[in-house]
Amino acid sequence: MMQLAVLSGFVLAAFAPLLHRWFGARTSFVLAAFPAALALWFLNLMPAVMSGETLTFGVEWVPSLGMSLTFVVDGLSLLFSLLITVIGTFVLIYAGGYLKGHPDLVRFHIALVAFMVSMLGLVLADGLITLFVFWELTSITSYLLIGFNHADLEARKSARQGLFVTFGGGLALMAGLVMLGNAGGSWSFAELGTMGDVLREHDLYAPLLICLLLGAFTKSAQFPFHFWLPNAMAAPTPVSAYLHSATMVKAGIYLMARLQPSLGGTEMWVGILSVVGAITMFTGAFLAIRHTNIKKLLAYSTIMALGTLTMLLGIGTEGALIAFVTFLLAHSLYKGALFMVAGILDHETGTKDVTAMGGLRSLMPVTALVAMLAALSLAGAPPLFGFLAKELMFESVLEAGAFRWLILLLAFSAAFLTIAVAAIVALRPFFGERRPTPRVAHEAPVSMLLGPAVLAVLSLLLGLVPVLAGTGLLTAAASVVMGEPVTVSLALWHGVNLPLIMSLVSLALGYVMFLRWDRVRARLARLDPLIARGPEAGYEAFMHWITVVSDWQTRILQNGYMRNYLMVMVLTLIALIGNSLLLRHSPAIAFQLDVRFHEVVVVSMMVMGALFAAITRSRLSAVVSVGIMGFSIALIFILFSAPDLGITQLLVETLTVILLVLVLFRLPRFASLSTPLERVRDLLVAGTVGVLITLLVLTAWGVDQFVPISGYMIENSVPLAHGRNIVNVILVDYRALDTLGEIFVLALAAIGVIAMLKLRAAEKSKPVPKEKESADG
Amino acid sequence: MVKSGTLILHTAARILMPLQLLFSVFLLLRGHDEPGGGFIAGLVAAGAFTLYLFAFGVSATREVLRMVDPRDLVGMGLLLGMISVFPAWFMDQPFLTAQWWEIPGIDFKASSPLIFDVGVYLAVLGSVLAMVMTLMEVDKDEP
Repeated sequence: MMQLAVLSGFVLAAFAPLLHRWFGARTSFVLAAFPAALALWFLNLMPAVMSGETLTFGVEWVPSLGMSLTFVVDGLSLLFSLLITVIGTFVLIYAGGYLKGHPDLVRFHIALVAFMVSMLGLVLADGLITLFVFWELTSITSYLLIGFNHADLEARKSARQGLFVTFGGGLALMAGLVMLGNAGGSWSFAELGTMGDVLREHDLYAPLLICLLLGAFTKSAQFPFHFWLPNAMAAPTPVSAYLHSATMVKAGIYLMARLQPSLGGTEMWVGILSVVGAITMFTGAFLAIRHTNIKKLLAYSTIMALGTLTMLLGIGTEGALIAFVTFLLAHSLYKGALFMVAGILDHETGTKDVTAMGGLRSLMPVTALVAMLAALSLAGAPPLFGFLAKELMFESVLEAGAFRWLILLLAFSAAFLTIAVAAIVALRPFFGERRPTPRVAHEAPVSMLLGPAVLAVLSLLLGLVPVLAGTGLLTAAASVVMGEPVTVSLALWHGVNLPLIMSLVSLALGYVMFLRWDRVRARLARLDPLIARGPEAGYEAFMHWITVVSDWQTRILQNGYMRNYLMVMVLTLIALIGNSLLLRHSPAIAFQLDVRFHEVVVVSMMVMGALFAAITRSRLSAVVSVGIMGFSIALIFILFSAPDLGITQLLVETLTVILLVLVLFRLPRFASLSTPLERVRDLLVAGTVGVLITLLVLTAWGVDQFVPISGYMIENSVPLAHGRNIVNVILVDYRALDTLGEIFVLALAAIGVIAMLKLRAAEKSKPVPKEKESADG
Repeated sequence: MVKSGTLILHTAARILMPLQLLFSVFLLLRGHDEPGGGFIAGLVAAGAFTLYLFAFGVSATREVLRMVDPRDLVGMGLLLGMISVFPAWFMDQPFLTAQWWEIPGIDFKASSPLIFDVGVYLAVLGSVLAMVMTLMEVDKDEP
């Protein structure tokens, strides 16, 4: 039961406060056992997956809609799952050191573990809807984590920005997934993967592809949606290392890779992905070197990497897809390590500005070594794993079909800019003369060094012995993306060829760039006004106009006057029902109704109650006469042998009257404020809706469009649901999901009432000075 | 605002409340076969406490409720509702499929719909009580 194992993480997250009480500062280690155990399980599945098997763990969810909670472990999802669980383990341990003694550590743990589960669900999900649910969950948990320091305005703003951009894309994604499901006639990725030929020829191909890509691009920070990612660096560094470099931002990449066999390879796919990817790659690398904040530097270089991955998927040749999986693994390893190093530097020196650090090598030798290893991998220097990835990337760019020269130029520029970034991050803080930092630096604790050290050593190990990664997992992953078996054979030495020469030239250029970095930055500062007009300004303008429009419509539609709300609702009702009734059905009135004497009596009581409520001058009498109508309706229910409805109506009516009486005394004096003309208008509106509803009921009496479902319910109530009371069986069995939704709505309404009244009371008591309390006591 | 303290109301509330509560449980349990059910029973129980509220005021009612905050009742109700979703899962059936368990000895069928109905009962009772009590408390705070 893989679902249980993975989803139990949500339960674990819920119990985090309890664990904190038991384990105190060591909670991080306890929680880290969860991803560690899952990682072991995934490792255990590796041999099977490497031999080309696809493991399916199925559970029916809503079989009538074809929705199932099926988890699929194939090469691609296994690669992602391993990254999520392994890096997750280290990040949890690291966070224990980084946020040591933070008062809100519990909240952090809850959100981080919940994120981990959501992300695992996302990559393992086979159903389109399941993927979407987990996709949105990662957006929500990411929002909570970016805004972790919620007292900070900047953090709140960044969190909101990330949420809006990814949710906006999420909406498009939902539309895209629905179209995809309809076009393919299946809601399972596994099945869609085999019907690529049908999907690529489908009429809906273009719109569904654009919608899906909008979702993927916003999530994975592709140009022009890249701006939210650097702002997300307001999150604590463990979050940046985990969500915003190694895992969540790769969700979009994952989706595109998953869809490659079903949708990939068309002119549109190749064009959009390779060009947008290449532009993103260059934008990220170019914007990175403008910054001196180490986290921003790394964030922009993450954008560069995400662009590279998208571009490789766009190129889509066998070589490009092999490069894709290799680059994906390499990037997660070194970027996770580098972010954690950045966190160590920030934690130990008290600054994030690389120009303010220097000569830390002697004080933090281990950190320096780890940083250098990881940065060498980022730069793509031999013999690290990043070098292999970059070689493969250059190779596939050279064999790209469409837009080859544009992509090649952008890829080469991005490569040497990235090398400069790597040098800045790894050399600047550790070499040169010692500079005074806000805090006196010393080596980080073991818990914080463990994660980056392991990841950096893995980068080196996989580079030296590429067989470890190449033959097994990466082959399986690349085969899934390709849709047919491929063989990945990685080697450090390919002989002297064009990619190697490009690598060496870019290394040299990058180093020169690093040496002249201060001057380059000063030059680039002149571009600031231009960059300020970038996509982020578009986002700001959009948000501004949304506020303006919602302000306007609130003033018009929600002005706080009950009478206006009622008027708007009733008029809408008249327009919609009237339109449909008069145009689609000619109101056929059946007068051959069988009316009994006692029914006439009850109905006349109701009419009198309504009339009296409308003309009375006392509010209490109005409430009572409305109550009479309610009780009469209950009587009608009972007369027509619906005792449950009758009882419910009676009880609701009683409680309504009680609630009304409770608030009655709080209302202002009962006065008639409307002019005679307004009263005529109100009478007209009320009369129209009354006539219309009567017509509707009489017409509905004669219309019989469907076979009513009640027959089925009555027949199966006892044999299937073991109950003779059909109303109750409908509530708790046939339609239990609806009822579940309703009790949640009820709870929300109660919370709303409490919040409104209690907050008002709190506000009232706020300006009152403390003496009042003591006087009361 | 609500004056507590008339003799008839006091006496009636004292006697009626336990009866009403008992009746609500009766309605809840028979609901599957005869008129009744969690929603109606929850409303009856809420009515019982509301009567007590009118007779004795908020703080006395809180004492009757002991440690239980109506808001917790809402949470409990939602939790039970969610829990009743899962038994079917363990039987390899779609979520929310009703499960029936015979309890030997007594003639009573335990089932996941019953758990669900109890959840509805608590959620309704808690929501209504929370609203009424908050409204009355705010009144008390004001001059």
